Amino acid sequence: MYIDPHIHMVSRTTDDYARMAAAGCVAVTEPAFWAGFDRSSAAGFQDYFRQLTESEPRRAAAYGIAHHAWICINPKEAEDHGFAREVMSMIPAFLSRPNVLGVGEIGLNRNSKTELAVFEEHLEIAAQHNSLVLIHTPHLEDKLKGTRLILDAIAAHGKINPARILVDHVEEHTVRMVLDRGMWAGMTLYPDTKCTAARAIDIMEMHGTERIWINSAGDWGHSDPLAVPKAVVSMRARGHTAADIHKISFDNPRAFLSQSGNFSVNAPRPTIS
Amino acid sequence: MTTPIGKPPLDRKTLIDLGFIEARAKVLDVAAFLDRLDRAPATDVMTDFRVDAIRAALVIALDASPARAERILNSWSDPSTQPIAHADGKAARGAHLPR
Repeated sequence: MYIDPHIHMVSRTTDDYARMAAAGCVAVTEPAFWAGFDRSSAAGFQDYFRQLTESEPRRAAAYGIAHHAWICINPKEAEDHGFAREVMSMIPAFLSRPNVLGVGEIGLNRNSKTELAVFEEHLEIAAQHNSLVLIHTPHLEDKLKGTRLILDAIAAHGKINPARILVDHVEEHTVRMVLDRGMWAGMTLYPDTKCTAARAIDIMEMHGTERIWINSAGDWGHSDPLAVPKAVVSMRARGHTAADIHKISFDNPRAFLSQSGNFSVNAPRPTIS
Repeated sequence: MTTPIGKPPLDRKTLIDLGFIEARAKVLDVAAFLDRLDRAPATDVMTDFRVDAIRAALVIALDASPARAERILNSWSDPSTQPIAHADGKAARGAHLPR
């Protein structure tokens, strides 16, 4: 039994839901993200947020998987500040929906001034609505600088309890600074551009299993929706105990996510739409 | 965590048995990638900062100090500290472009 706390199921097939259920997935959480192209209007986000909060939970429930969502404009589409503000004005209405856990995945992409301003405005929305926060840290050479900018912005904002913030996509060079600030850290299992399972297990061995989780971040790109159960297999092969495996793949995500009253590992009864 | 932090549960010999073939394959892939570049027709650019970054990382991988993965990631990272004026595209390159 496991939770995949970061996966973009709108980009995955129903067969993936079936395979994940067969591998033991009981719950997923799906942050709002970039579709692979820039949406031409804010109305496109209105439909996307409806998909995340209405359609996708039904699709998941058919396989006994509880589906939850995070709402935001992803940093990859945040370079147009006026457009981003138009989308952000829609967020509060969706935060009260029954499967929504909070604001995410917000953060930085190329570490621009506008991305940072939009990130700070998202933090304020989360603070005003007492929401959990899921944060995307930048890719590759931008990750170290971006993670520092993000952590400094959170500290300067100062209105959100760090224990209610998950900073995702950490790697060897960023995990310690996140944990030292009292936040949770997510490790994304990607074939090439983030953590392999082997490196994620190394990081657990070096930094422990407190306030840390693993996820697939499966999306429309090069990614694997079964990355979490495959990492579980690797942890067994590396000699880790069943207790540690359960903690990293189930107990930890459940503990963080349950800070939102909307999280449950029990999928609603399937409905025919 | 039920095992001491910093210590893998398995001993060195078992970890070698478990991971050697995969590591061997990855080392060969890197070597073959560099060979491929040598065989390819030259362009007007003599070097590429990304390939230079890989060569520099290999030096780190071969040294005797700990935290090689972390130090390689740091070596590929943008060392600047201030946000940039505007995003120059959406995609990162994988290594920092020296200014």
